[in-house]
Amino acid sequence: MINVTINGKEIQVPRGTMLLEACRQAGADIPTFCHDPHLQLAGSCRMCVVEAKGRWNLLASCVMPAENGMEIETESPSVVEARKIILELLLARHDLSCHTCERDGDCRLQDYCYRYGVKESRFAGEIIHFSKEDPNPFIERDYDKCIMCTKCVRVCKEITGAEAINVKDRGHHAAISTAFDGNLADSTCVFCGQCIMVCPVGALTSKVSMGKGKPYQVEKVLTTCTYCGTGCTLELNVKDDTVVGVSSNRDERYSPVNQGALCVKGRFGWDFIHAEDRLTTPLIRKNGELQPASWDEALDFAAAKLKQIKEASGPDALAMFASARITNEENYLAQKFMRAVIGTNNVDHCARL
Amino acid sequence: MTNSIAELEKDAKAIFLIGTNTTENHPVIGYKIRKNVRENGAKLIVADPRKIELAEIADVYMRFKPGTDVALINGMINVIISEGLLDQEFVDQRTEGYEDVAASIAKYTPEYVSTITGVPAEDIKKAARIYAEAEAAAVCYAMGVTQHSTGTDNVKSICNLALVTGNLGKPGSGVNPLRGQNNVQGACDMGALPVVLTAYQKVVDEPVRQKFETAWKVDKLPDKNGLTLTDAINKAYDGELKGLLVIGENPMLSDPDLHHVEEALNKLEFLMVQDIFLTETAEKADVVFPGVTFAEKDGTFSNTERRVQRVRQAISSLGNAKQDWEIICELSNRLGYPMKYSSPGEIFEEIRTVTPSYAGISYDRIEATGLHWPCPTEEHPGTPILHKEKFNRGLGLFHVVEYIGPAEHPDNEYPFILTTGRQLYHYHTGTMTRRSSALEEHKPYNEVEIHPNTASRMGIVEGEFVKLSTRRGSIELRAKLTDILEENVVFTTFHYKEAAANLLTLSEPLDPVAKIPPYKVCAANLEKI
Ligand code: SF4
Ligand code: SF4
Ligand code: SF4
Repeated sequence: MINVTINGKEIQVPRGTMLLEACRQAGADIPTFCHDPHLQLAGSCRMCVVEAKGRWNLLASCVMPAENGMEIETESPSVVEARKIILELLLARHDLSCHTCERDGDCRLQDYCYRYGVKESRFAGEIIHFSKEDPNPFIERDYDKCIMCTKCVRVCKEITGAEAINVKDRGHHAAISTAFDGNLADSTCVFCGQCIMVCPVGALTSKVSMGKGKPYQVEKVLTTCTYCGTGCTLELNVKDDTVVGVSSNRDERYSPVNQGALCVKGRFGWDFIHAEDRLTTPLIRKNGELQPASWDEALDFAAAKLKQIKEASGPDALAMFASARITNEENYLAQKFMRAVIGTNNVDHCARL
Repeated sequence: MTNSIAELEKDAKAIFLIGTNTTENHPVIGYKIRKNVRENGAKLIVADPRKIELAEIADVYMRFKPGTDVALINGMINVIISEGLLDQEFVDQRTEGYEDVAASIAKYTPEYVSTITGVPAEDIKKAARIYAEAEAAAVCYAMGVTQHSTGTDNVKSICNLALVTGNLGKPGSGVNPLRGQNNVQGACDMGALPVVLTAYQKVVDEPVRQKFETAWKVDKLPDKNGLTLTDAINKAYDGELKGLLVIGENPMLSDPDLHHVEEALNKLEFLMVQDIFLTETAEKADVVFPGVTFAEKDGTFSNTERRVQRVRQAISSLGNAKQDWEIICELSNRLGYPMKYSSPGEIFEEIRTVTPSYAGISYDRIEATGLHWPCPTEEHPGTPILHKEKFNRGLGLFHVVEYIGPAEHPDNEYPFILTTGRQLYHYHTGTMTRRSSALEEHKPYNEVEIHPNTASRMGIVEGEFVKLSTRRGSIELRAKLTDILEENVVFTTFHYKEAAANLLTLSEPLDPVAKIPPYKVCAANLEKI
């Protein structure tokens, strides 16, 4: 263990701990754009700079291991000035259309500009447009808002393993692009949306959720995906009793199977919930046609039919297909119904299909 | 799965994938496997008739003829035994029946197996060595293994492979079926099967029935095994089954040989369907009850690694739709057996009392992360890895499995082998995904994968409509040219009702034990239109 002093508070950390981690342990709130605990370090955004006593330069805390006896200031005047300059440089190429942005209220750039009182940029000059019309139905790529943190590139490579996107060009012209600067659909992209999940700003957003609610207007309900047997945890985003999107929780304690990673079905396959042709009323076949009926009418009809068949032909003349899609509780009741109420073991589901 | 998903990312030193297109069908598990291979240097063996995505990063890729799984695995076991790569201590102490298997396997030399499967003998040897020499090796398989007339045999031979190398009961090993549907594991655990009650307690066991008779307060529970889904369809066809209740399933698209299914359903006196949409099956019903989606319900799902997790209601039931459990209760009440529950939580509490492997699980305990069954008591931490010290029956039993081969072979009239499956952007019969705007926009139509050489021989170009037929029927769909499969094999998916692959598939012969239809192999013909 080594000793470091953060904003006057002395703490002990294991050798090799990064300064960022040490500062956070000491309770300092260090802003970051490019740092992500689950991804390889980039050390590129420099928002996490701190001042170490006796050093002439500021240190990027995410890539600098703490050293014994270090004395760190996390909000000194020179640190604050450096962060303001970074923010102003970012604003110089950022399309500040917060009022229509999907991430308004849940955006690190907004948060940090607010925190450091950065209203506009001294560096605003020639505007370069990076935005990209990409005709895929899943992901909106608005690179006029990109701050080049490269988290999307890293998550795509390290978590999904698709390697669909990378950084092209350098400096002021640097941008995120697929190979040959094409559309995602023509790349190795699998539309998992992990890039949306890590983007700290509104550069990558879901087209399916677009215009349906800002982050602070939705309630997030933790649940389990309805598709394959992997059982990923996801969050349904709800506004006005309507599902308007899916997000994911990267905390292992809440997302033990997938740590926030999803596939295209889990992340974008949710608007069937409100499809126009959802069944919302019972139907009974009358004169050869299925016609709307009340619950009592339909239940009475079904119960009478079941009773009649059971009496005439015995319980084994009835069978049930329960479902690999409904809950345990529902499957339990379904088989209990067939066994205890009807009196047959004719119950199965499509495990085999 | 005998082991947990996380082990595939961290603990497995070798992974053998057979009959699972993991990156398309279980994508998040696919990410983890790829990560383990790329970052930790885990070895990867892929056996599949199609050169799937993960085959690109595999140490060995074996493209075997559809339906020859048993031969391939027996070949690997043959190499392991003849090269002395077996885990003798494990075989001696924890298994029985090894001698018979060893004797039966002698003839499956890699050279012989090569003639059956089309896989070079050298690759079979290499795969066997990688799997056997790894400190911990996991096998993962999916429907590519089970959906054959010999599906049970296929699984048994995989178990033999794991037993002979001691790859059970330790982290990173195991025999791991990747289950296709969110709660297929749970439906089985809950006894939605014709031969068992919850937690696989057999209906033919008197003490089991007595326990449930007491718990459910009924005089007598039925004591003979019930009909499987496929048997039920056949009985309906024969007129012996009169009434069918279908909850959230769509046999009119998911079952093999749809013409046969349709005729069977037509003969029923009464068909009741409970679903969220008017599915192809619901259209034929006498009464349809509107159920709700996962977003509208509370409860639990059990995933493929046996982890019981919470499902939480996010919105109110749409329109006049009712919770599926409420519908069952209402019917039951009308039939003179009162079912009164206030919530799914109350049903779960009842499940715990009759289901030993779930007894220690409560909604409180799984508020955050879920628990792996078996979890017999409130103090039990759950069981991510099965068979650690011993097997359920004590010793692990080897089974002699001989190669039989697929039921239908290509001939002059139907010269291709058709194999069916899923793709990344759709799920099962498409009831949900095809109504998900983005997924449908991205993949709006079905395709048949054809090797470019075959296509050019027949004058078929990419994207044009072709006719695909079998002895059961025919569909028209677009051609997709790809060399991921062999020239005499074609592949399509069953998500699309307008080009329903299951009009083509065989409903027979069923696997004699599991009663699974042979979706993965049938003889087919391809025509330019
Ligand atoms: S959607 Fe997934 S695969 Fe596509 S670019 Fe984003 S992270 Fe990569
Ligand atoms: S698109 Fe988002 S995640 Fe990617 S580099 Fe730009 S700001 Fe970062
Ligand atoms: S998000 Fe994808 S991988 Fe995860 S459970 Fe859903 S369908 Fe399966």
